[in-house]
Amino acid sequence: MIKALEYFIEILKGGLITCRHFMVNMVFHILRVLGLKTRRKGAVTIQYPEEKKEIAPRHRSLHRLMRREDGKPRCVSCLLCVTVCPSECIYVEASEDPDPEVQKVPAKFTIDLSRCCFCGFCVEACPEDAIRMDTAKVEIADYTRKDLIFDLDKLLR
Amino acid sequence: MDVLIGIIKIVCALVWFLTLTLYLTWLERKESAVIQDRIGANRANIFGLRLIGLFQPFADAIKMIFKEDFVPPFANKFLHTLAPFLSFFFVAITIAAVPFGDRLEIGGRTINLQILDFDAGLLFILAMLSLGIYGIIISGWASRNRFTLLGSMRGAAQLISYEVALGLSLIGVIMVYPSLRLQTIVAFQGENLLGWIPKWGVLFQPLGFLVFFFAALAETKRVPFDLPEGESEIIGFFTEYGGLKWGLFMMTDFMEIIVISCLVTTLFFGGWQVPWMSADGFHFPWGGTWLLPHGIVVLFQLLAFNLKVFFFCWLQILIRWTYPRFRYDQLMDLGWKVLIPLSLVNIIGTGIVMGILK
Repeated sequence: MIKALEYFIEILKGGLITCRHFMVNMVFHILRVLGLKTRRKGAVTIQYPEEKKEIAPRHRSLHRLMRREDGKPRCVSCLLCVTVCPSECIYVEASEDPDPEVQKVPAKFTIDLSRCCFCGFCVEACPEDAIRMDTAKVEIADYTRKDLIFDLDKLLR
Repeated sequence: MDVLIGIIKIVCALVWFLTLTLYLTWLERKESAVIQDRIGANRANIFGLRLIGLFQPFADAIKMIFKEDFVPPFANKFLHTLAPFLSFFFVAITIAAVPFGDRLEIGGRTINLQILDFDAGLLFILAMLSLGIYGIIISGWASRNRFTLLGSMRGAAQLISYEVALGLSLIGVIMVYPSLRLQTIVAFQGENLLGWIPKWGVLFQPLGFLVFFFAALAETKRVPFDLPEGESEIIGFFTEYGGLKWGLFMMTDFMEIIVISCLVTTLFFGGWQVPWMSADGFHFPWGGTWLLPHGIVVLFQLLAFNLKVFFFCWLQILIRWTYPRFRYDQLMDLGWKVLIPLSLVNIIGTGIVMGILK
C-alpha cells in the first residue's frame, strides 16, 4: 500500500516535470511574441531553410580540388585517394605533363557523390594537399544520379 | 419556433464540438512540442500567412479527404465501412446532454443552453460512451485480420473493465447530488460553503474524482492506456483503415477527450458556474457586489465552462505526453484491484458521512 503511494507520488513528480517544461517554455514564447528579447529561447529548434546552423570548420562537406599558382590542378595522379577510398567512388585517369617537375596530371578526375560516404580518407591520403573537403556545401542533393557525378571541372571550381 | 431554436442549438453545439476537436489535434502537436522544447507544426499557411500553424488541422483534413478510401479485399465491406461511423456517432451524440450554460432569456423566451435537458442526462452520456465499444469490436472483426481482431479484443476488455470503475465512481456523486439531471447537478454546485468556498463536487468527492478521472483516461484509449491502439509497436484495431475513416477513429479519440473534460467539469468542477456569481452578477464574499446584465452573465458562464473544458483537455494531453504505456497485466491490475475497490470505498465512505451529517 505504501509502495503504491510512493509510485503515485513519483508519477505526480513526472507530471510536474513536463508541466514545468511547458510553463517555462510558454513564458519564453510569450515574451518573444510580445517583442521582448530574452537570452534564452522557448525552443531549441533551428527553423532549417530560413535559419541554418553554422558549419564547423572541420566539417567534411563537398570536395574540391586545389590549384597550383599557375592555375593547373595540384593533383599528380598518384592514385592514393583511389586506393584508400572505401566506397570506391573516385576515378582518376593520368596523363603526362610536359613539366619534368610534375610529370603526371589527371586527365579525368571524377567523384561519384551518390556513392561517397564522406569519410575524408582521400583528404588524409593526398600527399600534395590537392583535395580538400572544406567547401561548407552540404545541400548537394539532386534529381538524377548523373548530376551527382562530379568531374574535374566541377571539382576545381 | 421551438424546433428552429432546437436546430440552432444542435448546429452551434456540433460546430463548437468539431472545431474544438480539430484544434485539439493542433493543441496536441503544439503542446507536445513545447513540453519537449520544440516548436511544432508551423508550416501550413494560406498565402504565406502562417499564424503559428493554426491552418494545420485544415491541411490535415484536406489530405485525409483526398487519400484513397481503401477497403481490403478480404474485409467485410459493409461492417468495415460502418465501424468508424458508429464510433464517431456514439461520441458525437453525447454533446446533446452537455450543459453549456444556464437559461438564456431573449425576447420573453427562455432558452436552455443544453440541447436536450432530460432527467437521465448523466446516464445517457455514460451509455453512449460505452456503446462506442461497438465501433472498436466491429472494426477489428470486419477487417478480418488476426492482429486487428486481437487489438479490438484488448480494447473491449480494457473498456469493459474501466467502465465498471467509471460507473461505480459516479455513484458517490449521485448520492451527493439529488439528481441525475446535469443542469440540477450544476445548479447544486452554485452555492457556497461557509460563505466563500464554491461548492464544487470535487470538495465532496475527491476520491470519486480521482477514480473517475483515471477510468475516463482509460476510456479515451490514449497513451498511458493505449493498448487497443498501440501505434508504436503492438498492432491496434484500426490497422486496416486509411484516409478519412482512419481520421474518424482519430477524431473519436479527441472527441472523447472533450466529452470527458465536459463530464469532469460538470460533475466535479461546477460546470458553467463562475465562483461567487449568481443570476444577477457577482457577490464577493468580502462584501462587494458587481451587478451585471443578464446577457453578460450568460456570457461569463459560457466562458467559464469553456475555460474549464480547455483546462482538462490540456491536462489530458499533458498526461498523454508524460507517461509511458501500461503493461497489460498492470492495466488490468489498476482497473480491477485498485480503481474498483477505491470506488467501493468511496461509496461506503460517502454513505457513512452522509448518514452522520443527516
